[in-house]
Amino acid sequence: MIDIQNVEKEYRMGGSSFKALRGISFSVKEGEFVAIMGPSGSGKSTLMHILGALDTPTSGTYLLEGADVSKLSDDALADIRREKIGFVFQSFNLLPRTTVLRNVMLPLMYEGIDKEERLIRATKALLAAGLPESHFEHLSNQLSGGQIQRVAIARALVNDPAIILADEPTGNLDTKTGEIVLGTFQKLNREQGRTIVLITHEPDVAEHADRIILIRDGEIVSDSKTHTKRDVVHKIKNI
Amino acid sequence: MKASDILNETYSALSANKVRSGLTMLGIVIGIASVIAMLAIGNGAKASIEANIQSIGSNLIMVTPGAQRGPGVTVSAGRGSAKTLTNEDSDAITASIASIKAVAPEVSGRYQVTAKGKNTNTQVLGTVEAYTTVRNISVDSGSFLTNQNIDSTSRVAVIGPTVRDDLFGLESDPIGETIKINKIAFKVIGVTTPKGGTGFGSRDDVVYIPISSAQRLLSGDQYVTTINIAAATAGSATAVQQSVNDLLMARHNVKDATSADFTIMNQADIVATASSVTSTFTALLGSVAGISLVVGGIGIMNMMLTAVTERTREIGLRKAIGAKKKDISRQFLIESIFLTFIGGVVGIALGTFIASVVQWTGVVSTTVSLSSVVLAVSVSTIIGIVFGYYPAKRAASLNPIDALRYE
Ligand SMILES: Nc1ncnc2c1ncn2[C@@H]1O[C@H](COP(=O)(O)OP(=O)(O)OP(=O)(O)O)[C@@H](O)[C@H]1O
Ligand SMILES: [Mg+2]
Repeated sequence: MIDIQNVEKEYRMGGSSFKALRGISFSVKEGEFVAIMGPSGSGKSTLMHILGALDTPTSGTYLLEGADVSKLSDDALADIRREKIGFVFQSFNLLPRTTVLRNVMLPLMYEGIDKEERLIRATKALLAAGLPESHFEHLSNQLSGGQIQRVAIARALVNDPAIILADEPTGNLDTKTGEIVLGTFQKLNREQGRTIVLITHEPDVAEHADRIILIRDGEIVSDSKTHTKRDVVHKIKNI
Repeated sequence: MKASDILNETYSALSANKVRSGLTMLGIVIGIASVIAMLAIGNGAKASIEANIQSIGSNLIMVTPGAQRGPGVTVSAGRGSAKTLTNEDSDAITASIASIKAVAPEVSGRYQVTAKGKNTNTQVLGTVEAYTTVRNISVDSGSFLTNQNIDSTSRVAVIGPTVRDDLFGLESDPIGETIKINKIAFKVIGVTTPKGGTGFGSRDDVVYIPISSAQRLLSGDQYVTTINIAAATAGSATAVQQSVNDLLMARHNVKDATSADFTIMNQADIVATASSVTSTFTALLGSVAGISLVVGGIGIMNMMLTAVTERTREIGLRKAIGAKKKDISRQFLIESIFLTFIGGVVGIALGTFIASVVQWTGVVSTTVSLSSVVLAVSVSTIIGIVFGYYPAKRAASLNPIDALRYE
């Protein structure tokens, strides 16, 4: 489903440049649940943006369901983002001064779906992400950090994407809510066969995944089936 | 994306940022309102000056003694300074020139006029019955001078409303009373209708007496100070002016037009002179308005550009969740059209309101012209669209991550 080969990303700032990704290759099969881990600044978000068709690699290839993403037009990329991918940003990126419901319904609006249908689907997604109905009419700046996170997750789920890409989706949640959200991802994965790639710092979270990819300084240091929590903790300590 | 959704999105984006939208619109409103009000005042002033000139008569041609000078100068200074025109000249014009509605010679001078112990210094104008036709004079009460009065050198007078007010008191009825001009008694037989000041001397502060009486009792000679001629139609005015010129040159034995001892002025010339003055005035007001429009435009520009940082992130976000370039550019286009449209409507209303307040104060009459509305609205719409739409369109072609990171 996802296949990247030798992906590099170089940021140019004035005279100097910085390689955030240095030749990353891996593939994700349909229905897989992959966790990406690694220290801060290792290039996880950069990689995720490329996977989400939000940014383009400096070199390397990215095939999404067989199509070469680097060769697609701007509008075709928009179609992919809208129809195939649900993206949860690390910094959430809700529309400012806009209600929770409107935020979640936004992708459906660009899809051209009816108002009634949008409302039904947004409500379902918000409840699945664990946001109580009492907060649906709150503006995005009237929410707690955890609530913002849940709205961002609901927005990623609302268009029933085949692939869900989540950049630290549980970072701001307490253990219990975090569990609920992860449960939602797991259900989507197990029952509906959705492909999930998520970034996390928490071994607990990574444990839910089928596979863990460890990244350091823009390179993959390990890519393996999930082990016990102890193994994960050990691995992270060693990188 | 549906059309209704685009409108809805525009509306909520604008209402979510009321202050920003309000300030942007304020710039547009001020720009448009000032242009409309300024041009309305300019056009109104121009129209009222032209109307005043028209009120001194229709298709009027004036012959005055003395050499040709610039128009305008002759009107005030040249008259009466030379004595070259006579009753016979006037009669000859009446007798031999076609396409003339009426001819009215006049002899005028300033004299002390008294009645019942009150006195005033005013213009005394000796003329004939046709003067009413030539100079658009009408009588409010009593009657004007008749040809019989002129033939019999009657000592009768028709007075202007200002003279009546000065000598007999406001709104009084002086018909049948006696006034003394240069100590000679005249009987008041009529009062003229007020015409208001014209800038060419008030037609209300004047006493009309038969031309024969004026020549015999006041000036003591057979000369006239002006021959007023009304051409039959506006189209014939130039031809009449030419014929009068030829006739008088022949009668006065003048060979060379530059040494003529009289001056002929056409009303169209006066209108043209005055129009050029008022056009300058309108242009001046227009440029003040233009400056307001530029200031308003910079206001719009400023608001739109300050908003770009925040909007670029918003655009990045919208693209990240699947909006196409055209979804974004349409939304922003409609947003700027909407802002400039509402701002434009309010601006037109405000400008018209200011114009009518100015009109109401009576300082100058105002006319809101369609062209000023079109000008103001199109300039501010262009500014709004250029500075609201193009930055957004540019931002829409960034990739979502770059747009989201924009600072
Ligand atoms: N636009 C950019 N310009 C320059 N450098 C950048 C840019 N974006 C990211 N980087 C650099 O790339 C590196 C990887 O950043 P990235 O956001 O992918 O890290 P991360 O692994 O997601 O970290 P964290 O766990 O803290 O979120 C960092 O060193 C960062 O400074
Ligand atoms: Mg990150």
